[in-house]
Amino acid sequence: MEPQNTIICRCEDLTLAEVEEVIAEGYTTIEEIKRICRLGMGPCRGSTCLQLIDRILARQRNCGREEIKMPTNRPPLEGIKMKELAGDAGEK
Amino acid sequence: MQKCELAIVGGGPAGLAAALKAREVGLEEIYLLERDNFLGGQLVKQTHQFFGSHKQFAGIRGIDIAEKFKDKLEDRPEIKALKGAVAQGYYEDDVLGYSYRDKFFKLKPEKTILATGASEKMLSFPNNDLPGIYGAGAVQTLMNQYGIVPGEKILMIGAGNIGLIVAYQLLQAGIEVKAVIEATGRIGGYAVHASKIRRAGIPILTYHTIKEARGNEEVEAVVIQQLDEDWQTVPGTEQEMAVDTICLAVGLTPKVDLAIQANCQMAYVAELGGDVPVRDKNLQTSNPRVYIAGDSAGIEEATAAILEGELAAAGAAADILPEGSAIDRERAEIKEKLADLRRGPVGEHIRRGLTRARRNQNAGRDRYTRSWKS
Repeated sequence: MEPQNTIICRCEDLTLAEVEEVIAEGYTTIEEIKRICRLGMGPCRGSTCLQLIDRILARQRNCGREEIKMPTNRPPLEGIKMKELAGDAGEK
Repeated sequence: MQKCELAIVGGGPAGLAAALKAREVGLEEIYLLERDNFLGGQLVKQTHQFFGSHKQFAGIRGIDIAEKFKDKLEDRPEIKALKGAVAQGYYEDDVLGYSYRDKFFKLKPEKTILATGASEKMLSFPNNDLPGIYGAGAVQTLMNQYGIVPGEKILMIGAGNIGLIVAYQLLQAGIEVKAVIEATGRIGGYAVHASKIRRAGIPILTYHTIKEARGNEEVEAVVIQQLDEDWQTVPGTEQEMAVDTICLAVGLTPKVDLAIQANCQMAYVAELGGDVPVRDKNLQTSNPRVYIAGDSAGIEEATAAILEGELAAAGAAADILPEGSAIDRERAEIKEKLADLRRGPVGEHIRRGLTRARRNQNAGRDRYTRSWKS
């Protein structure tokens, strides 16, 4: 397997090799990995990579996927412009 | 801030059925938010006939079911169905935020039904970002909605119903399907679909996985490999196929972001596709304001989603309307239809999964941390 050609997070263009490197540095929860390399922080909001990273971590720890904690989920769910949030105040 | 009785997020089969049922049983202020610019959800790409669903929609094509719902909705202008309305968040004061026509709106519903559907699972393999690699949903969108074929020679990964149906639709569009491969030892889809593929001379290879995609600017070939019964690759069984398209149909996972934000108790249930909200028999979550219906509560199929939408709507209406209405009888009837649909060996894993996603009953593990507590 060529981990440098295997994409885990499409939005942030992160390969398996890059993710494994972060894990080897000692960041072993998804919350930490996300903060270090932006995994799951792109426009798809982790809908692809979170289903891959939990499997990678489960395999490393030799446990089931249900043991792997997921990161906090916050609004907004999709891209939104500041002027949308500001509403009419932004028009003036 | 706008108030209403019921907000429904998602205009697919579950959400559409929920909106119509909610109106039918007497709710008057109903919002339906759909992120796409059309209603119907995945139904609009389902050009095949439904079957095996007893009295419910057997023999009808998904796209025609969507049309029926849309016609009914047109007769019900009281239902505010907003197309292109993107739900952005569920906040701790039970306010739903959404973007619509370049503005952000806040809605405070008495009850919310989440019917947000599912997203496709991906696989990790070398060169999995080459152009020519698609999810089965994207292939269906291209072909069945826009009339565009994705390529000329294709490998299908996954022999569940979606993989088999899309492989057959590709064949019908004149595309060469090289093979359907499946990592497990069994074909997950219905035998009817599998035999259509086999009759066309296409091999369905169980215990096979993708090793890598090959190509410079786009997919030029794929290497597949055999798996043993412990899902380990068997050396020396690599096989290269010349293809320009690889289609992934390796399962769906429920879209549960809003449920997590609404602080609903979650459970990891593999049978239902991953993390799902825990619900009671009326489809109410641990947040009493929130009901969940359809694939966003566990991967099943459209007929079940429609019935769940109706059941959730009846539940929300029963909470809001004064007692003494006929809703209880109605709910019993819908539950009977759902039980009927899930009967028999085909429904076994769904029944097992739903038991594990039942409130306070051997529920699966909640993997999420929350930004606020109820």
